[in-house]
Order: sequence, then C-alpha cells, then structure tokens
Amino acid sequence: MSQPTQQEEFLAEHSHPRPPGVSFEPEAKGLSQGQIVRKRFLGHSGAIAGLFIFVSIFLLAFTSVGWAGIPGWWKYDHLDVSPLVNDGVPTASLWLPAWGEHPFGQDRIGRDLFAMTMRGAQQSITIMILIGTIAGLLGTVIGGLSGYFRGWVEAVLMRITDVIIIIPVLLLAAVVAQSVNRRDQGGWFSGFAASNGILILGIFLGLVSWVGLARLMRGEFLTLREREFVDAARISGASNARIIFKHILPNAIGVLIVNVTLTMSAAILLETALSYLGVGVKSPDTSLGLLISQNQEAFSTRPWLFWFPGLFIVLICLSINFIGDGLRDAFDPRQKKFNAKKAKDTKPAGAPEKAPAAAADGSAGD
Amino acid sequence: MVTYIVRRLITAALILLGASFLVYLLTASSGDPLEEFRASSAANKQQLMDSRSQLLDLDTPAPLRYFKWLGGAAKCLVPFGGSCDLGKNIAGQPITEALGFALVQTLTLVTGATVLAILIGIALGIITALRQYSALDYGVTFMAFLFFSLPIFWVAVLLKEYGAIGFNDFLRNPEIPLPAALGIGAIAGVIVAVAVGGAARRRLVSGGIVFLAASLILIYFSVVQWFRNPGLGPVVIAIAGVGLAFAVTVLVAGLKNRRALQSALIVVALGVVAYFAVQPLLNEATALMIVLLGIATIGVGVATGYLMGGYDRGQSMRAAGITAFLVGGLILMDRFMQAWPTYFNNSRVRGRPIATIGAGTPNIQGDFWVLSLDTFTHLILPTMALILVSLASYTRFTRSSMLEIMNMDYIRTARAKGLSERSVVMGHAFRNALIPIATIVAFDIGALIGGAVITETVFSVRGMGFLFLDGIMHTDPNPVMGVFVCVAVTAMVFNLIADLAYSALDPRVRIKA
Repeated sequence: MSQPTQQEEFLAEHSHPRPPGVSFEPEAKGLSQGQIVRKRFLGHSGAIAGLFIFVSIFLLAFTSVGWAGIPGWWKYDHLDVSPLVNDGVPTASLWLPAWGEHPFGQDRIGRDLFAMTMRGAQQSITIMILIGTIAGLLGTVIGGLSGYFRGWVEAVLMRITDVIIIIPVLLLAAVVAQSVNRRDQGGWFSGFAASNGILILGIFLGLVSWVGLARLMRGEFLTLREREFVDAARISGASNARIIFKHILPNAIGVLIVNVTLTMSAAILLETALSYLGVGVKSPDTSLGLLISQNQEAFSTRPWLFWFPGLFIVLICLSINFIGDGLRDAFDPRQKKFNAKKAKDTKPAGAPEKAPAAAADGSAGD
Repeated sequence: MVTYIVRRLITAALILLGASFLVYLLTASSGDPLEEFRASSAANKQQLMDSRSQLLDLDTPAPLRYFKWLGGAAKCLVPFGGSCDLGKNIAGQPITEALGFALVQTLTLVTGATVLAILIGIALGIITALRQYSALDYGVTFMAFLFFSLPIFWVAVLLKEYGAIGFNDFLRNPEIPLPAALGIGAIAGVIVAVAVGGAARRRLVSGGIVFLAASLILIYFSVVQWFRNPGLGPVVIAIAGVGLAFAVTVLVAGLKNRRALQSALIVVALGVVAYFAVQPLLNEATALMIVLLGIATIGVGVATGYLMGGYDRGQSMRAAGITAFLVGGLILMDRFMQAWPTYFNNSRVRGRPIATIGAGTPNIQGDFWVLSLDTFTHLILPTMALILVSLASYTRFTRSSMLEIMNMDYIRTARAKGLSERSVVMGHAFRNALIPIATIVAFDIGALIGGAVITETVFSVRGMGFLFLDGIMHTDPNPVMGVFVCVAVTAMVFNLIADLAYSALDPRVRIKA
C-alpha cells in the first residue's frame, strides 16, 4: 500500500541545515531564475529522456483509441470483440518492424490488447494529472495559509491534516468505488459517477493526497515569511495577498513543482494498485492495474496480456520519476554540475597523486 | 520534555478519536452489508438477513454504533483488565482474537523484508555516495528509479513465475549447462569490475577473478548436484570465516589494529571447533535454543576481544563480536542445508519447495529444521518482492544524506588532521548520516504492522491487510476499526519516538516544550 516515494528522499535532503557559504555559480551570471532552471533542466539527460518518453506515451494513448468521444486512428477500441488472429499472439515484430492486425495480441475472447492498454494508459494519465492538480492546489492553499497566518488558522488546518493523514487511502477508495457502483439509486451524483467513474476516483484520491504537500508548503512558508525581503515588503506597505503571491510563492514554487511531480508518480502506482485490489476502476471500463489483475492467472498461456500493461505502468512511472529528478536538480540552488574532466584539469600542479576522496566526490572542489 | 510528550500524547488521542469516528462512518456507509442476501433465492433469506442485521446491529444508526464500539474499545485501555472488546467480525469471531492471529502473520512477513531492505539500502547508499558520479552510482541510481516505479503486484507475479515455478523445475534436474554457468560468471564479473572502482587494470583483474570463481563454482555445483544436497562443511566455513574476519576488521577497526584482527581470527578458529561440538546439540534444536546459542556466540566473541585487549579494547571487542555472530550464522545455515533433502523429499512438499501462496504447507510434519525451512520457502518470494520495492528509498535517502555530510566542515577537519579514510567515513560521516535515516526507519517500523495489503493479497497471507480488505468488502466496520486502531496507534507512537530520537541524536535540534 505504502510504497515509499521519492518525496521521503526529498524531505531528507531538506532536513539538514544548509551548509554555510553557498557560492554563486559562474554559469548563472546575467540569467534570470527561470532561465537558470530551464538551462539546468535541459542539461539533465535523464529528465529529457523521461520527458520524451512520457510525451510519446501520452500522444500514443490519447490519439490511438480516441478520448471523450473523439475517435482515434486505431481501428479497435477496448470493448470490441474480433475473431482471434493466430490464437491471440502479438503480431508486432521488432525485426522487420511490422505492426500487424493486433500488435499486442488479443485476450481469450478476442479483445484487442493494444486498444485496452492504450485505454488503461489514458486512465492512468488522467488520474495522475487530476491528483497532481487537486493535491497541488489544496496543499498549497492549506499549507500556505497555515504557514503564513499561524495562530488558530494553523492549529485548525494542521489538525485536519493530521486526521486525514492517518485515514487509510484504501478505505476512502473503497467508499468511492461503492458509491460509483450504486447505479440504481438515481441521484445526480450516482448518475454522474456511473458515466465518469475515473474522474470521481481521481478527484477523491486528489482530495486525500494533498496532506504531504500541505506540510511541506507550510514549512516553506514558515521559513520564507521570516526572511528580510518579506519584512521589507511589509514595511513598505504591501498587503498580505501581495506578499504571498509576489514574494513568498515564487520562492516556494520549486519545492511545489518537484513534489507535485513526485506525488504524480506515486499516484499512478496508487491507481493501479487500487484497481488491482478491485476498488479502483471497474470493468467494463479498463485500467492498467485491472488488466494485470484480470490476466495474471493466464500468465503461462498468454503472457503478453500481462507484459504489456505492466510495461506501460513502469514506463509512465519511470519517466515521471526522471522528470521529477531533473526538476529537483534544476531548482536546487546548492546543486553544482560536476565535471570530472574540469576538476582534473584544475588540480594544482604538484598535488599529491593520491588526493583525498573529497576531490572525487565532486562538490568539495571549491 | 515531559510537557512536550504529554501534550503530544493528548493531541494524538484527540486526533485518533476524530479519525476513528470518520473511519467508522465511512466504512459503514461504504456499501450494503446485506447485499449478498438481497439477490439470493434461499428459502430462509429473511432469516439470514435478520441474523446478519442483529450481528452487525444494523438497527442502530452508524454514529450511535460508533459510540457503542468506543465503549467496548475503551475497556482496552485498562491494563491487564482482560475485558478488551473490539466487537466481532461477520463470522462471529472476536476481533481481538483475529487481530492477534493476523498480527503474527503480518510481522513474520514484513519484519525480515524491512530489516534486510534497510541494511542493503543503507550499504548501497553509502557506497554510491562515496563513488558519486561513477558507473556504479549511475547504475544504482537507475535501478532505484526503476524500483520506485515497479508495481509490487506485477513484480510478485513475475517472481512467482520465474522465482518459484522456474526454480522448482530447475531443482527437478539441477544441472547448469556450461554456457549458462559462463554467462552468470560473466555477469558477476562485470558487476564486480564496475563496482570495485580504481584503475582499469585493477577492475579487469578483479572482474576476471570473480568471473573464473563464479563459473567454476557453478560448474562444480552442477556436477555434484549441490542444489539437491546443499551444504557448506567446515572447510568452506573456515575460509569464509577468515574472509569475514578481515572484512569486519577493515570496517570497524582498520587492518592496522593487529589485536582486533587477531581476535576476529581467533573467533573464527573457535567457530570451526564449535561447528563439530554443537552438531549433536543442534539435532535437538528449538527456536529458544537457537536464540540462546546466538547470544552465547556474541558473548564469546566479545569476551575474546576483551581478553586480547590492545590499545583500543572496544574495537577488538566489536570486531570479534560481529565476526562471531556472522560465523555462527554460517554454522546455522549449514545445519539448515543439511535438513534440505529431508524437506525436499517430504511427502507434503513433493520436490517443489518454493511456494507461491500461503504462509506454510498445510499439515506438514517434521522437526524444527524442516518446519523452519517450510516457513522460509514460503517467505522467500514475498520478502524478495518487498525488498525490491522498498530498497530504493533507503538507498537514495542514505546517498543524499551521506553526500550532505561529506561536504560538512568537520569532515574536512577530520581529513586535515590526518585521520584514515576509514575512520572519516565510518566514524565521522556515517554516524551523522544515520540521524535522518533513524527517523525514517522509525516511521517505517511504525507503519510495519499496517502490513503490505497488496503483498498479502498476492501471496494469500491472512495478515492485517487481508483483515482490513475483507472488512471493507463485507461492509463490516469492526475488523476495519481493529486494524485501523492498531496501525494508527503504532504510527503515532513511532512518530513521537522519531521526533524524540532526532533531538536526542542531533543536539542542534531542540524540542519546543
């Protein structure tokens, strides 16, 4: 349930007091904050690869089987049953690249796995974006308010956060799943939920995953509001709103973006896990987790039914994780790009051959 | 300090009350507990529905039922009162009883995995931090990201297919074909060549040695059918023991401390003698005896170190104690291997030892060794799956923590005053890097008994997660509440412990009373 995320690691990095004497980088001369961040991000090859893979998967998933009523270019959709071709074995081949009739194969009753996987990837990405947006907004608002205003606002909001943080996500997901499945009751909510189950699931999961972000943003606001530039703004008569939006938020945006990304990568695993347990997306709609759970028994006879959905989960999640890592490096002012060649060249002449390991660990080269 | 703890505990109790009320209402409103009967065509349908309503007290509205439940749960606070009442589940079993059973199952499942993940993760994190931006670092970082992204249920199914079914098929005829042996040897050699670091020549030589050794061992295993009749024997224990003695001494004392090295080597010699002495005793083994023997082993090691003395007695004692423990572990492993053929040919196991589901073979008979092996073979797959998904966070966490520390001024000071690299890394850096790790470990131990819902589902272990999920599926609040209270209380207590530990370990952090 609680697979550890990169967020913990992020917290670890921030739990240390900052080393004194952070020096300016020569590469940052004459550039704005945004330009520096963009330059660093584009220089992070892992993040660029992740971005490329994610955009490819996004385009493939949303154009192939169509979305929200818009038809796609692929001839089947996730419900179409067609006669088994070659007993459902995947027809795509890498050697002599060919696409074939059913590139990822078919399941027992002849549904096209490519269409099902694409549909599942759509669901995962939709839920991920929903959770990221809602959790990001709520977390910023609640964390920001409690960190900026302190006093009773903070006490109330943080106690609510404490309560929500210990309620198991599985329980909330089960409640949502149940209310989505009550199609007979005819209320506006169940009517809406029956046709948009995935949206409801995403919104509800977003409503419970903001707590970590709220705590983080509160911490950021607590430190930033004590800084001199905030005092200066207050003395010159700036309103609370102006201080928050013009002075504090731009400084906290790095932490926010990085952690929203990491929340999103955890969200994908959460959705697939819930669907696997049977409390997330339900059939006849499909999702990557549900596909794996439906087909794990058939592993020995039809392994492709198991491989392709799993591969797409891993690819989406991995690319988001790499993007998050790139963003973290880009936003972290302490990070210095280490260049082994440069460090070797600048070694003072006559330095002992066996330099202490400090020279090799990159950041001590000052 | 005391006021701080009291205030934290009172807040925790209030939060727990609020959260448990919410959880109760959510569970109760999450579905229709009579659903399975509504569509049934049984003649006594009404009677079944009535009895279920009575069992779950459905005539009382959910908020009132919560307070009834709370009344029963409050009795649990009376120590040794024995009147703890958390209600009954749908089968009429008291929740306290079900929780006890589930807790044992869950803890056997997750404890080993968590401990191993922490140890391996921290070790990998330190190594990658010391070799920042090396091939090893990039490799481990990529693996960490990959493991972050793996859905555990997917890993579990793969492990079942290749780890269990594949390995069992292999055991039927345990012969490793020559190309496979060479291939595995080559992979091991490449990994070592990447990991050792240093000059190209050194990498090539160590990689080559490992390649030869691994391939030869595999060929030897294949020839003597080692996987059917495994064993170490005193010679291997002695050789491995000497290796361990050197490794432990390098880490805790440095090879320059001759007394420490000598004590560790003496302990290895004692271990080989003990190997022959304890064999008859081990045939009558019980769990308690193994624990006592383990404690005695460490005691002998520490005593040896104490008697050897030297300029730093503590280092000798530590080196000898740890070596003794490891050699004892080798002897234990050997005894387990001796019991392997018996287990393998057991009528219940029938030559397919690695299990894919459950927590034990039903109705298996045998002595302590066979029963323990049975538990191991059932634990091995879930443990591997759990280690894979939780290893990454410890690795990354330790790495970033260690990197921060290595840039601190006091590390520079330690280097400048001429300390050896070993004592800089192990004595100054590692201990301080452990501070944030200690808090995360405390969190994780707090979260342990929540169990791994998905892992338990995939491997059909009836632990806490199963109890919880089952309660949700049947819209039965009592088991859900039982699990929730256990998990929430431990999580909160360990959060408090983590905060206190942090301020105790790091004097820069002070608790606001």
